[in-house]
Amino acid sequence: MKFLYLVGCNLRRKKLRTILTLLSILIAFLLYGFLCAVKEALNAGVSIAGADRLVVRHKVSLIQLLPVSYKDRIALIPGVDAVEHQTWFGGIYQDPKNFFAQMPVEPEPFLDMFPEFVISAEAKERWLKTRTGAIVGRKLAERFKWKVGDRVPIQATIWTQKGGETTWEFDIVGIYDAGKKGVDTTQMFFRYDYFDEARAFGEGQVGWYGVRVKDPARAAEVARKIDEEFANSPAETKAEPEGAFVQAFAKQVGDIGTIMVYILSAVFFTILLVAGNTMAQAVRERTEELGVLKAIGFTNAQVLSFVLAESCFISGIGGLSGLGFAWLLIAAGDPTNGALPVFYFPTGNLIVGLILVVVLGLVTGIVPALQAMRLQIADALRRT
Amino acid sequence: MTNPLNWFSQVVAVTGFSLQTIVNRKGSSAATVIGIAGVVAVLVGVLSIAKGFRKAMTVSGSPNTAIVMRSGADSEMMSGLSRDETRVIADAPGVARASGGPAASAELFVIIDLPKRSTGTDANVPLRGVEPAAFDVRRELKVVAGRKFEPGKNEIIIGQGAAIEFAGLDLGKTIRVGQNDWAIVGVFTANGGISESEIWTDAAVLQPAYRRGDTYQSVYARLTSPEAFDAFKNALTTDPRLNVKVLRQADYYADQSTLVYNLITGLGTLVAGLMGLGALFGALNTMYTAVSSRTREIATLRALGFRAGPVVISVILESIVLAILGGMIGSVGAYLAFDGYRAATINFQSFSQVAFAFEVGPALLIQGMVYAALIGVIGGLFPAIRAARLPIATALREL
Repeated sequence: MKFLYLVGCNLRRKKLRTILTLLSILIAFLLYGFLCAVKEALNAGVSIAGADRLVVRHKVSLIQLLPVSYKDRIALIPGVDAVEHQTWFGGIYQDPKNFFAQMPVEPEPFLDMFPEFVISAEAKERWLKTRTGAIVGRKLAERFKWKVGDRVPIQATIWTQKGGETTWEFDIVGIYDAGKKGVDTTQMFFRYDYFDEARAFGEGQVGWYGVRVKDPARAAEVARKIDEEFANSPAETKAEPEGAFVQAFAKQVGDIGTIMVYILSAVFFTILLVAGNTMAQAVRERTEELGVLKAIGFTNAQVLSFVLAESCFISGIGGLSGLGFAWLLIAAGDPTNGALPVFYFPTGNLIVGLILVVVLGLVTGIVPALQAMRLQIADALRRT
Repeated sequence: MTNPLNWFSQVVAVTGFSLQTIVNRKGSSAATVIGIAGVVAVLVGVLSIAKGFRKAMTVSGSPNTAIVMRSGADSEMMSGLSRDETRVIADAPGVARASGGPAASAELFVIIDLPKRSTGTDANVPLRGVEPAAFDVRRELKVVAGRKFEPGKNEIIIGQGAAIEFAGLDLGKTIRVGQNDWAIVGVFTANGGISESEIWTDAAVLQPAYRRGDTYQSVYARLTSPEAFDAFKNALTTDPRLNVKVLRQADYYADQSTLVYNLITGLGTLVAGLMGLGALFGALNTMYTAVSSRTREIATLRALGFRAGPVVISVILESIVLAILGGMIGSVGAYLAFDGYRAATINFQSFSQVAFAFEVGPALLIQGMVYAALIGVIGGLFPAIRAARLPIATALREL
């Protein structure tokens, strides 16, 4: 108890310095948390990609369409467990700034393929009954205050309807939730049969296929067989594991993401360096006092733990509140309004953050603490 | 403050004195300088990415050039126009005349997958099919190596940015896209503009290769003058044969760059703001330490008759000197590290890659220095007030 009282006294000796140091550390860890979320968002989806799933797209590029007839041919390939398809709709809700993804899908194969999109049995039933039905993600529904039963008009940018109508109306039949952390709930899925019948051109063409393989270990082999099946046809395919597909897409953002991460990490460490220097300084200033403590009978170990406790306290309070604020800020949502649909604080990074907090406390304290421990009483007292 | 000159000479004397003592506080002063340098470097660095991207997207937008797409389409890729429609557009009033007819080019815009040189992963590279008039519409375009493609042949020319970023794009080589081989016969520049990220070929060759029938996606037209735009737009939007939207090229590309620009500047500003706070706390700490370690000196000066004003100013000036020093190191560092750095990123709005160079211009450097100075002023102000309020007698007795 006396021990804590002494630590407290030292922290209160220069309140302002303690507070300022605490605040710098808080800011550093706030930045750290934010940075982790941005990094994760730029790599969105890689960590949740299914190991047993492949993405099959047109070999030339994702914008080229594939015939819907490929579905049955893919299903016949040995090792394939299930097939579904999606197409990029690219519509606008009210204003181009309200960006979110919409895709026509076949409800049953789609929900079967992606169990991470969680939807109630009633909602599924409604979807199967309603041709114009659509399901939307939780975040998307919250963003536009949509609820089940609403009718939502979407302006087509690519897919005009027969007769030139560009507005498509969808009935929201269900809201899906994320089955695990990191699942994008800002998307909208509607029925392919409605889409295919109403669109003015491109009938029987779809964007890409999702394929589930029976044995994840043989995924690469199945992918090769799919590509061979369609080799030398007018629409050749490129099949690859979902993770690789998502990763390649994330890499399209390119050096920019990497550079931002680098410079921000540099700053994180600069702030820690500055704060650490101040903390070490605070102990050095008190050398003679530590000498007095030793003179009146404090052991070396006590002096050591005493100085370490002080630095760990500052680092702990500053770091934990920084991580806490980061968590709050990130939970408040994507700061860019739609550009980063998946925005959360990855658990792994949170743990690394906590470790950094402890390391910071130990590192900034250890040098002055060791000096204090080795201090000869006579030297210390003579210093002033 | 009876004699301003006397007051001023006091400021000079005290400031000179306090600056000389910086040497005694190397550690904490250096920490402040480094902290502020880091903040300024990041601010300038992140904003240079946004500036460079915006520049690449807008530099080539001549006020004379207009782009026509199907109404409702958000980008060229989503648009579609028949040959008849493109003819009506080319003959509209306001289109400049070139040697072979109207200065209007009906174009196709698709993307192909090519690996990035840096990562080896596929990227969406824009491939544009143009009509011969395209070179007359975009006059900034210059073939710097090789030659133009010949109409009717499977030949392509590549933008300089694309050539740097994507594997396989080397003059004289051939790339295979789907079932077609394309010979690379030339490299072009376009003032650093967006076209440099593209690959160009003859639209008439691209149509069958992509099974586009006789359709196009956009028409680029050079108008006789910037003022001719309104008449041109009116003529097309009121024409019952057409259902199109007409934009100035500059507006179109500025609009296409908003998402990425806002993403980078939004994140950058937020982060730089937070870091500024961090650096401010560091500066405050340093200056408070500076004031408290010189308590006796300051008290002695006051006892000798120096006024509070010069003492306040000297503390703020010292803080500003440290901040400006940090700002300069940060700006120069950012300039050396980032200016002209070439990168490519995906523009979500056009779903294709844009190659560009980071740009650290004078405006950005000034912005960085102002930011540094601001941190310096605030970081010095409060400690300065404390210094001025020191009760002289107690301060002299301290330590």
